Amino acid sequence: MEIKYKKGNGALSIYIYGELDECTASNAKNILDKLLLDNLNVKSVIFDLSGLSFMDSTGIGLLIGRYKKLKNFNIPLYISGASVAAEKVIQLAGLYKIMPKY
Amino acid sequence: MEITNKMKLTFLSRSENEAFARSTISCFALQLNPTLSQISDIKTAVSEAVTNSIVHGYPDKKGEITLEAIISGDTLHINIFDEGVGIENIPKALEPFFTTKSEDERSGMGFTIMESFMDEVFVESKVGEGTKVYMKKIINSI
Repeated sequence: MEIKYKKGNGALSIYIYGELDECTASNAKNILDKLLLDNLNVKSVIFDLSGLSFMDSTGIGLLIGRYKKLKNFNIPLYISGASVAAEKVIQLAGLYKIMPKY
Repeated sequence: MEITNKMKLTFLSRSENEAFARSTISCFALQLNPTLSQISDIKTAVSEAVTNSIVHGYPDKKGEITLEAIISGDTLHINIFDEGVGIENIPKALEPFFTTKSEDERSGMGFTIMESFMDEVFVESKVGEGTKVYMKKIINSI
């Protein structure tokens, strides 16, 4: 699991690579929370999941958790480029209703 | 049931073994010539069941988890069992978004994912004795 980011036009784009499961989630959570906390001045946050080769329900929990944190600061969260592996799980959990496709 | 092939793997309830378990099952399932989408479904369902055993089955200590798979004709049968604490209320555990560990940011979607991605899911559990999840996936070859 690897996380990269870039900032531009008031948006923070976060790229998550590799496998997101129970094993990698706590590390991902720490990195993401630090990144979000350091960038509370952005207008929106985009999670780019195109590099994610695997994601299960632990990933859903992680995404909802970040959504809730950002909601406290009125920063909308979007999901971009979910891979086949992630897309089906995201659809099933209805995540696009709260974090729309970018 | 005529058994074409069979495998059995026992490992410790460490989260590093989630990736190990789903890689193993996807390699084993390849014999059935599944589509990428079917492989993805099987991997995710197995990951959910194994994660459940690790997180909920053995909350305080490490224990053994067994992944067993049988190929019979065009069908993959999977058993995942642990000797952990067991599930008190199975119907409740199967409800979408129900989790006993919401403070942990758990989504409560594990069983829902297994049920949606596989053709059949059956859960057996006894408090204090452990949990067994049976799943079936029919792989229709072209």
